[in-house]
This record gives sequence, structure tokens and C-alpha cells, in this order.
Amino acid sequence: MACFLVPAAEAIVVTAATKYLEKKNGVAEAQMQDESGVLPARVSFTRKLHWLINLLWGGVALLAFEHVWHGEVTPWFPFLTATGNAADTATMLHEMATAGVGMALLVTAVWGILAAVSTVIVNRAPAAEGSAR
Amino acid sequence: MTLLTTVFAAVIATVVWYNMAPKDEMKVSVLCFLYWGASLMWLVDAVFEYVELGAEYFTPAAEDMLNDLFLGLSVVALGLVIWLVILLVKDPKGVVRETLLKKR
Repeated sequence: MACFLVPAAEAIVVTAATKYLEKKNGVAEAQMQDESGVLPARVSFTRKLHWLINLLWGGVALLAFEHVWHGEVTPWFPFLTATGNAADTATMLHEMATAGVGMALLVTAVWGILAAVSTVIVNRAPAAEGSAR
Repeated sequence: MTLLTTVFAAVIATVVWYNMAPKDEMKVSVLCFLYWGASLMWLVDAVFEYVELGAEYFTPAAEDMLNDLFLGLSVVALGLVIWLVILLVKDPKGVVRETLLKKR
């Protein structure tokens, strides 16, 4: 009914936090280079946060469209058809607390795995070097 | 069916991205994030629906399946439109700018 609002709220918070971190650490992170001075020594945390932002906003955009498709979201006030009566509102809030929170948690968990795997990939030997062994 | 359509779109976008990486001039990574984000969210939706319906979840009515496929394809189309707008606005190759500045 409006489960996508939970990841949308997370997306807003993460976007704001990323903007703040970029302002604070932007220059320092951009200056991190490896020994050759060509590639960054590691993937910056703000770059990883951008992956989470893209996953969240991407999912939210397409899910919002699905809700419009099913008539659960309208372009006019009150925007959410479930807010029309108390019973539907209760169902909507229950869905947000279950499916919505589940969506936000799963996307964040997958992002966490992605971030961890990216660190492992960056730290291992380049493919050409590895295959020569 | 919507989940399945989006997962296929996500896999295809990821394969295309990997094939063109590390260059991302066509911003295919945007498509990957769009479709994977939506796929993960619909996966949660599917799990909740499965818990509610049980095995019945895997035997949808033909009409529902067709409607879900129609929705899935529309979602894929919307994703492509969003990607295209981002590509043209960010203009990583600078061709849009070059075209606009070009004298007739």
C-alpha cells in the first residue's frame, strides 16, 4: 500500500548524510591514491554510500510506479488512497512496518555485502597478475 | 511475474555493464542500481505474499500473470526512460553539449 515510503525515508537520510560527509571529507578522500598514483588506494566510504543511495532511489522510483499502477498512490491529496478510512490506514501502517522495513533492511544488507566484497576485490592482486601465478 | 521481469532486466543490465567496464560512458551502472533496487524490494514483497498464500503463490491465475507481466514490462520501460534522461543530462561523452553548441 505504501511500503516503499520506508526505503524512501532511508534514502533521504542516507542522501543527506552522504552530502554532509562529502562536504566534510570530500577533498581528503579524493586525494587518496595508490602507489602508482593512478588508481585510488581503496573505495571511499562516500562512494559506497552512493551505491546504497542508487539502490534505494532506484527501487523506490519503480515501486512508486507500481503503487500508482495499482491505484494505491494518486497524484492528488491525500496521495495515499489507504488514508481514506481508519481500517485501510491501519493495514497500510502494518504493511509499512513489516514489508517496508523488510525492504529497507534487505537493501541495506545487500549493500553491506557489496561494500565488503568490493574491499576484498580491491585488496586482492589484479587479474592479470593472479593468472600468471 | 513483475519480480521475474525486473530480475531479468537487472541481470542483463549487469552483464552489459561488466562487458563495458571499467568505462561507464553509457551510465549502465544506473540501470543496474535501478533494477537491482526494485528487484530486492519486490523480493521482500514476494516473501510476504508467499507467507500469506503458501504454495498458491506459485500458481497465479492467467489474468493476474498477464497483468503482472504488463506491469513488469512497463517498469522496465520506465527504468530505461529514467536511465536515458540521466544519460542525456549528465552527458558523459559531451555529445549533447557539442551538438547544442554546433553552428548550423
